[in-house]
Amino acid sequence: MDNIQVSVENLVVEYKTEHGNVQAVNGVNIQVKKGKTLGIVGETGAGKTTTALAVLRLIPNPPGIVKSGKIIVDGEDISGKSEFEMNKIRGGIVSMIFQDPMTSLNPVLTVGDQIAESIGIHQGLSRKEAMKKAEEMLEMVGIPGYRSGEYPHQFSGGMKQRVGIAIALSCNPQLLIADEPTTALDVTIQAQVLQLMKSLRDQYGTSMIMITHDLGIVAEVCDDVAIMYGGRIIEQGTLEDIFKKTKHPYTEGLFNSLPNLANRTEKLKPIRGLMPDPARLPSGCVFHPRCLYAQEICQSRVPQRTDFSDTHMVCCLAYEEGTNIEVKGGGRIV
Amino acid sequence: MESTYKKKSQIADVWSRFKRNKMALAGLIVLVVMIILAIFADVIADFETEVIRQNIPNRLQTPCAQHWFGTDEFGRDIFARIVHGTRISLQVGVISVGIALIVGGFLGAIAGFYGGAIDNVIMRIMDVFLAVPGMLLAIAIVAALGSSMTNLMVAVGISSMPSYARILRASVLSVKDMEFVEASRAIGAKNMTIIMSHIIPNSLAPVIVQSTLGVAGAILATAALSFIGLGIQPPNPEWGAMLSSGRAFMRDHPHVVLFPGLSIMLTILVLNMIGDGLRDALDPRLK
Repeated sequence: MDNIQVSVENLVVEYKTEHGNVQAVNGVNIQVKKGKTLGIVGETGAGKTTTALAVLRLIPNPPGIVKSGKIIVDGEDISGKSEFEMNKIRGGIVSMIFQDPMTSLNPVLTVGDQIAESIGIHQGLSRKEAMKKAEEMLEMVGIPGYRSGEYPHQFSGGMKQRVGIAIALSCNPQLLIADEPTTALDVTIQAQVLQLMKSLRDQYGTSMIMITHDLGIVAEVCDDVAIMYGGRIIEQGTLEDIFKKTKHPYTEGLFNSLPNLANRTEKLKPIRGLMPDPARLPSGCVFHPRCLYAQEICQSRVPQRTDFSDTHMVCCLAYEEGTNIEVKGGGRIV
Repeated sequence: MESTYKKKSQIADVWSRFKRNKMALAGLIVLVVMIILAIFADVIADFETEVIRQNIPNRLQTPCAQHWFGTDEFGRDIFARIVHGTRISLQVGVISVGIALIVGGFLGAIAGFYGGAIDNVIMRIMDVFLAVPGMLLAIAIVAALGSSMTNLMVAVGISSMPSYARILRASVLSVKDMEFVEASRAIGAKNMTIIMSHIIPNSLAPVIVQSTLGVAGAILATAALSFIGLGIQPPNPEWGAMLSSGRAFMRDHPHVVLFPGLSIMLTILVLNMIGDGLRDALDPRLK
């Protein structure tokens, strides 16, 4: 257990709405190993961000409540911690990079002040020292230190995201949660930001949770991958397990939705249908209405986890006893 | 060294943006002149002999070389009284708005940020204040506490407090769900830090405009209270009191009300111009 940075066990999160309770996360188990990167992949609404926010205990309450589950950060269960203790963890041990750099920086504070804020909270440095450290952090993410006195609107999108990275890394956290850090950026800037995150991660040995819906990013950055659908993890394994030994029909569908570079004229094969309304999840296997291989049994029986190896597990009835479902699966080239 | 340099540069930044707005700059110059007049009022006109001593033979003179703004119904020099009145009016205006802004703004920000029961309790109390007409509330407070300048400022401040609470609450509500608030929570900032350094600076713009208008309102409220004898006591010069006492002579001697009225108008205009400029200058996005 020593090399586990964060583990989430059987996490259930519900959002209370006027139309009843919505199970956003339903029994999620994840583990992030020290120095490794876990990718959480899934469509919008699959519960990726909720899982990540739960690790920081930042799920807005109301409407969200953590029904059950144990979250262990750095060997300690966070559920009993006071807000005061949580504030030391937030930003100090676990920090987060947000999806949209345009809105995650305060428009009326200089970027230097915003980096220094985190340093001031966790390292107890004086304002002067914190500002100096903030300038160093800016240099580290490739922005000249003298620009620390400028405001977020004077930076481009990619630079703002780098400021976000500087804030997140300013107190040498042990775990970095990146919530779709490159979704709001264009492709060339995406590559830059990812490269920066990778090099900083390797430099400081930070563990990382990378939330994304882009399998290209997963292939580039992650060591382990968890595929989420409808608040559950449906397939989990190492990068190789997921990319080369794809088991779950949904994972397969995700790969088929990618453009084929070898044959550019080929049509995309998207997964049919839409993500189900989380308030009215289908019975049985949540994916069955969209599954190409679905049989009658999928509507009634909830799939349990099937382990293929120490690292690779999948939740699909096709791999369980007493069902007769044929899944192509098949591999992808990493 | 670096941090002091930085601090200065931020103020310098606001100043350089403020300077660019010519209207605001003109307003500031006029306000500074008025403040200087208020500070040196005793040098310009002696309080005992010129401002409050009655000189009946000299009454209701039209403006001339000796009495620039003429004299009032007791023969007192109106210019001297206006200059001394600046002291009272500016002080009452600024301090009572300050009270309203700090107390009301803080309560509004807390209500908006925490929501739920806290929000309900604070805002219902504010509603009670709002339900009583502002002037009546001020009268009640002054009547209860006794009429002095401090009580006057407290009364005017408290009666205008609910509007600041409402405005700040509304803008806090729109700011508090922004991602940068969540981001600062994720770096472990305490609630008070979040309110003070992230939410309030982002929700200040409407309040700044309201408070410059509010200074004008406070000056007028003081004038009204003075008129019914609960504000500044005669013979002390106060613009509103001068205006109301000169009312009877307005028909034949318009200068008696013209100059105090112009002073109030000028002050309000100038404060509004400054307020507009300040709002723009404080927002770094409008560079």
